[in-house]
Amino acid sequence: MSRDEEGIALAAVGLGKRYRRRRGPVLRNCSFRLPAGRICALVGPNGAGKSTLLSLAAGLIRPTEGTLTVLGTTPAEARTRFAYVAQSKPLPPQLTVAATLRLGAELNRARWDRAAAERIAYGPLAPGGDRDGALDPTSKIRSLSGGQRTRVALALAFGKRPELMLLDEPMADLDPLARRELLGALLGEAAEHGTTIVISSHVIAELEGACDHLLLMGGGRIRLGGDPEQLLAAHTLLTGPARDLTGHTVVESRDAGRQLTALIRPGGPLPDDWQTAAPSLEELLLAHLRNPDAPDLFTEETVETDENEENARA
Amino acid sequence: MVEYRIDRRSGVATYVQIVHQTKQALRLGVLEPGDKLPTAREVVEATAINPNTVLKAYRELEREGLVEARRGLGTFVRRSLGAAPADHTALRSKLTAWLDEARGEGLEREDITALFNSVLDEKCPAEKGHEGER
Repeated sequence: MSRDEEGIALAAVGLGKRYRRRRGPVLRNCSFRLPAGRICALVGPNGAGKSTLLSLAAGLIRPTEGTLTVLGTTPAEARTRFAYVAQSKPLPPQLTVAATLRLGAELNRARWDRAAAERIAYGPLAPGGDRDGALDPTSKIRSLSGGQRTRVALALAFGKRPELMLLDEPMADLDPLARRELLGALLGEAAEHGTTIVISSHVIAELEGACDHLLLMGGGRIRLGGDPEQLLAAHTLLTGPARDLTGHTVVESRDAGRQLTALIRPGGPLPDDWQTAAPSLEELLLAHLRNPDAPDLFTEETVETDENEENARA
Repeated sequence: MVEYRIDRRSGVATYVQIVHQTKQALRLGVLEPGDKLPTAREVVEATAINPNTVLKAYRELEREGLVEARRGLGTFVRRSLGAAPADHTALRSKLTAWLDEARGEGLEREDITALFNSVLDEKCPAEKGHEGER
């Protein structure tokens, strides 16, 4: 593994995926890099290609073009070092929760962390006993609700003590309390072990504040990539008299007669009679989704250059 | 031990909120020299914020000389902010006596506040960036 690849959890070059039965490609010409140790929100509307990207990273499907490097190697080679939680959470229905965790331990003998897995499944060993949402070890998987299965799937992922967690919409089935608890547990794991986490969602609000990297997908490609703070800083919301926006990159503009409202990436100083404001993350994402033709934007560390390796850590 | 409460709608950057709340705890004597700050793991488990945000706040507190990171042990308070709590008892009783006198002369609450603030501004003008916390 070269020095350059060491600090990169995921690297895609010209990545594309076409399913036989569908007309267009689900992913096309995706190139991006995710530095290791990041909490990455993979967001985008339904059908944007989020699950396909995660399945490619997990090695469940093969790309039709391009490459995807996982932890510096192929998904197959990296298999023991990452954990993947699919949206469907396939678990053996006839097993109990305890037996499922024992199975996890068997399959990952080299690095199984029983305490971490049980903490997710059964809750922290707190004095005071039972907690809502935590699981009974003797329950059969088949009898569990969607949210409870998510808990089992996450417990298996934690027990594996992975360097990288690929989580496909893990929050969707969870109640708000469990969502908060498990997101906290994920971030705690990352704080302690430097785990890279990629977590897909179509609700950005629940990941805002938790993520320090963002990949926005739309139309089969990555539209925005990088540190959300940097991405936000590159954009300005402006209102003011309608005027030519040449020289600025326009993501979205609405023109109500003489009044103009626009989200732009300023390419130079702005006139004084324009009111400017910083967009919220949600405004930024929605503006890009409403305007598929807006140019893509990647912060420096997300694209392949040699010298930004150090910046990624700073 | 402090517990941080993050207000996502405040518009104040999350790491600034942590810095601010730590300083508040130092001023009130909730945190004293030698006390340990919660680990990044403890903070993110409780608040679901990014671990790097906690580390950034702790670095800022360290830069200001308020805490120090001891490798493998955690982050510890180096000094408190404001006077030692023990001193407050005497000051408080003097202030109480002064307030009784002011009331005795017929001053209303607003009058007292205005008078106090004007002396406060005169004697300890707000330092630049002191209240803003950057």
